[in-house]
Amino acid sequence: MAKIIFIEHSGATHEVDAKPGLSVMEAAVKNNVPGIDADCGGACACATCHVYVDEAWLEKTGDRSAMEESMLDFAENVKPNSRLSCQIKIADALDGMTVRLPESQH
Amino acid sequence: MFGAWREPATVADQLGQDMTGRVVIVGAGHAGGTAAALLRQYGWTGPITLLGDEPIAPYQRPPLSKAWLKGEADADSLALRPLNFYGEHDITLRLSTGVSLIHPASHAVELASGERLDYDHLILAVGAAARRLTIPGADLKGVLELRTAADAELLKTALGPGRRLAVIGGGYVGLEAAASARALGAEAVVIEREPRVLARVACETLSSFFQTYHRDRGVVFELNAGVEAFVARDGAVSGVQLSDGRVLPCDAALVGVGAIAHESLARQAGCACEHGVIVDAQGRTSVSGIYAIGDCTRRPLWPYGVEGRLESVPNALEQAKQVAALLCGKPAPPPETPWFWSDQYDLKLQIAGLPHHAVRQIVRGDPHAAKFAVFHLDAENRVQAVEAINAPAEFMAGRQFIGSRKPVAPEKLRDMSISMKEVAA
Repeated sequence: MAKIIFIEHSGATHEVDAKPGLSVMEAAVKNNVPGIDADCGGACACATCHVYVDEAWLEKTGDRSAMEESMLDFAENVKPNSRLSCQIKIADALDGMTVRLPESQH
Repeated sequence: MFGAWREPATVADQLGQDMTGRVVIVGAGHAGGTAAALLRQYGWTGPITLLGDEPIAPYQRPPLSKAWLKGEADADSLALRPLNFYGEHDITLRLSTGVSLIHPASHAVELASGERLDYDHLILAVGAAARRLTIPGADLKGVLELRTAADAELLKTALGPGRRLAVIGGGYVGLEAAASARALGAEAVVIEREPRVLARVACETLSSFFQTYHRDRGVVFELNAGVEAFVARDGAVSGVQLSDGRVLPCDAALVGVGAIAHESLARQAGCACEHGVIVDAQGRTSVSGIYAIGDCTRRPLWPYGVEGRLESVPNALEQAKQVAALLCGKPAPPPETPWFWSDQYDLKLQIAGLPHHAVRQIVRGDPHAAKFAVFHLDAENRVQAVEAINAPAEFMAGRQFIGSRKPVAPEKLRDMSISMKEVAA
């Protein structure tokens, strides 16, 4: 299991133990973490699972795909460390990673 | 047109001051499961009972015709939330539990077993049923539909190298199943009554693109074709007989000809229904204390000023959010533009909006390169809908255009040297 820490826009923190292989989005939804809507269920079709990955972990999450890049281009409040959490696969190497949630997904 | 039948002062006006009431949710699909979770997320402390007639906890249906059918997703990944989630959040999940009756006056539902459950707020998330064909042989073994995980299980066992699948209906379910069948090495023929696939749900450019793409990957189409009967051998389907007399041999037949909203429970409870349970933007039915969400509803379609029924996950989630916010006294979330997606082969189709008031279409990109979008504009050049194939920027920008209602310049939209960000600027 890998621990992922979600910090809501309000500052509320949720620690989730997630199975490697799941996406970060799935870990959030399955544990009822507020602030990740994931309307499309992980098909990279909606950009409603937008998160900011803590800089220290950004490299370990890999590169954005072209599809993800295009979706993020039109999301709100995008920053250099923005990712769609459905596109980040949880692995042991991400144990302890912190991601922050935007104010809104729409 | 909406709200005409609603009393101005209803129970709803006191909602949110008391989050201790008993909520009963009928239907444990995407809408019902999400509503239960969101109620807890928004602070509801009263008892929540989630009743599902299927034997499994809420799961995602879209992969049933896609990744799951191809063996790329397992049961765990289908589940919306792990089973222990419900206990941990004090949600009473009762599976294989049918509801036979609602007593709106005494605020109770009656289960198929005869047991009565009292409610303060009742949320109907009862979904829709696959439309069935009333032709000879329709109940034969091997004549399948695809709504539930159990349906998908049957379809999966029917597919494999050399097996022949006949698909009745060239809609999304049928095309996705045909694509998955091809990926598994099965043969697939799609039989469609209309002159083109996706006739009710996509424009001609898209239909023609999908037909070509599927044909190039071995799918056979029978268009303008009526189905007369299913032919049997040894008690199981062995062929589909067309109106012109030909019989297409098959090992299984998938019927995907649309869905009908489950509305009998709501109707019996006195809720206004018309091809779906009629609700307002926040999920109120015409009966106080009863709400409806998801595939079973007929709802206002923002920003078009018309009503309709949407069968999609985004719709289920949006309405779950609306009703949970309403009950918990939170401000209503902003209305969302309807949108849909479909995966077939390496294609990602994303559609936003509905072309209700559209008078012209602008194609951006190249269908032959499998990367393009069709924008539907109204008389004032405002985007009404966008259909995007492997074109996420066009989809995302189009969705924003629809919401903003600002006119766009058609010549810019058409010009690939101008990025979507520049078009939007």
